[in-house]
Amino acid sequence: MESFLLRALLSGMGVALAAGPLGVFVVWRRMAYFGDALSHSALLGVVLGVVTGLNMNLAIAGVCVLVAAFVTWLHSRPELPTDAVLGIFSHAALSLGLIAASLASGVRMDLMGYLFGDVLASSWEDVVWIFLGAALVLTLLVWYWNDLVNITVHEGLASLDGVSVGKMRVLFMLLTALVTAAAIKVVGALLITAMLIIPAAAARPFSSTPEGMAIRAALIGTFSAPLGLFASYHWDLPSGPAIVLVACVFFLFSLGVGKRG
Amino acid sequence: MTQPALADSAVTLLTAQAISVVRGGDGVLREVDLAVREQEIVTIIGPNGAGKSTLLAALMGLTPLAGGRVIRHPRLVVGYVPQRLRMDPVLPLTVARFIHLSAPRASLPLAWMGRLGCDRLLERPMHGLSGGEMQRVLLTRALIRRPNLLVLDEPAQGMDMAGEQELYGFIEQLRREEGMAALLVSHNLHFVMAGADHVICLNRHVCCFGSPVAVSTTPEFQQLFGSKATGLGYYQHHHDHRHTPLGVVRETP
Repeated sequence: MESFLLRALLSGMGVALAAGPLGVFVVWRRMAYFGDALSHSALLGVVLGVVTGLNMNLAIAGVCVLVAAFVTWLHSRPELPTDAVLGIFSHAALSLGLIAASLASGVRMDLMGYLFGDVLASSWEDVVWIFLGAALVLTLLVWYWNDLVNITVHEGLASLDGVSVGKMRVLFMLLTALVTAAAIKVVGALLITAMLIIPAAAARPFSSTPEGMAIRAALIGTFSAPLGLFASYHWDLPSGPAIVLVACVFFLFSLGVGKRG
Repeated sequence: MTQPALADSAVTLLTAQAISVVRGGDGVLREVDLAVREQEIVTIIGPNGAGKSTLLAALMGLTPLAGGRVIRHPRLVVGYVPQRLRMDPVLPLTVARFIHLSAPRASLPLAWMGRLGCDRLLERPMHGLSGGEMQRVLLTRALIRRPNLLVLDEPAQGMDMAGEQELYGFIEQLRREEGMAALLVSHNLHFVMAGADHVICLNRHVCCFGSPVAVSTTPEFQQLFGSKATGLGYYQHHHDHRHTPLGVVRETP
């Protein structure tokens, strides 16, 4: 196998491995819009990284964390519905990112690559970053699994069980920021949320426990990545959208086949 | 207002001193005082929007206070049954797993579960439960940490008359046999009159407080329960037996 293809394969599978189990929480907690807000603002992180010469992954993760904190603060204002707040924010962030990218003239950057992903261009350094990020995300998810499921069911009950609800919310935010930073190279800012929610949704009909759903989401994601890449390589399709479409096929299949409580 | 003594030595599990809660600029609760002692059943009654659920949340530290303070006894372990739990079908969770979320390594309170009719629900998905089944499961979960105070927010919701009676009988049994105190929001007139040691009428502040008999003569109480209460000659008698839900006398073992 050509080595660029191997790197692309590893990058895609690494991201999917972490995005699947995190994605089940995005689906359970109805936070797809939150994922959009974070991933759209990742573009700002990219521009920041390009302009300042900082490490790109750190710049993206940093901006995502700031945005997550801001959005969580906006959340606490009860007069606006959450989906509207997040909808406003995510498009504002996207517009701001696009304008910042065009203003940063003189700096050459592949905008399309950051919007839709350019996994075939990933370097060994990218692969290492993705696997470090995925390992960290999975470790934290396993460590706090019971508490995270507990607050997802009922925050008041979890709080009486001694779970720090605020800490878990912050953790969830940080994990989403990390996955976003890792995934932008693979599927691009516009499609990151798809990697979070589609494998999770496809896993639901086959699962009867929270853990089972997380594991199946990880598997569906890690299968979608090589199949999408193969399609992309074979028919010369854009790689990010190809991976997302393969995941969608799994989802459609699950609608027809899976029938479990 | 002084609280009639249950026993001078009884430990006070939970005390609220002039607590106030403000939400969106509105005062939801104004200077509420309350105390629950060991093995005591305290019932909160009040019209819709009186702040009953908010009061429970404030006492458990789930809602920030705008004033006053809550004192919890170091030995206090709360078992909480929320007013409702909306289970999203997208989260696959069996009843057994849901109960264990509270204490993953604790053993299930199987004897109580049998009494509640919960033992046969264990493998059912949470989102498929009926309203009454959900209340039983929530109560079981509240019991798994072996609490000394149960906090229940209208626990009989979605239950039929027989189920409701069974539930209130169960709360009284827990007090009798396990020494468990209970603080609950309830509009079951029979339970309020016969089961509770103290009744609090709440309408954003404490309107009246005292023994059920004393409170039942207040205008607030009569307004809440209407003619049902005024025409009711409440007859109190000692039970040396239990009734099945259908009223058949069941011998105590």
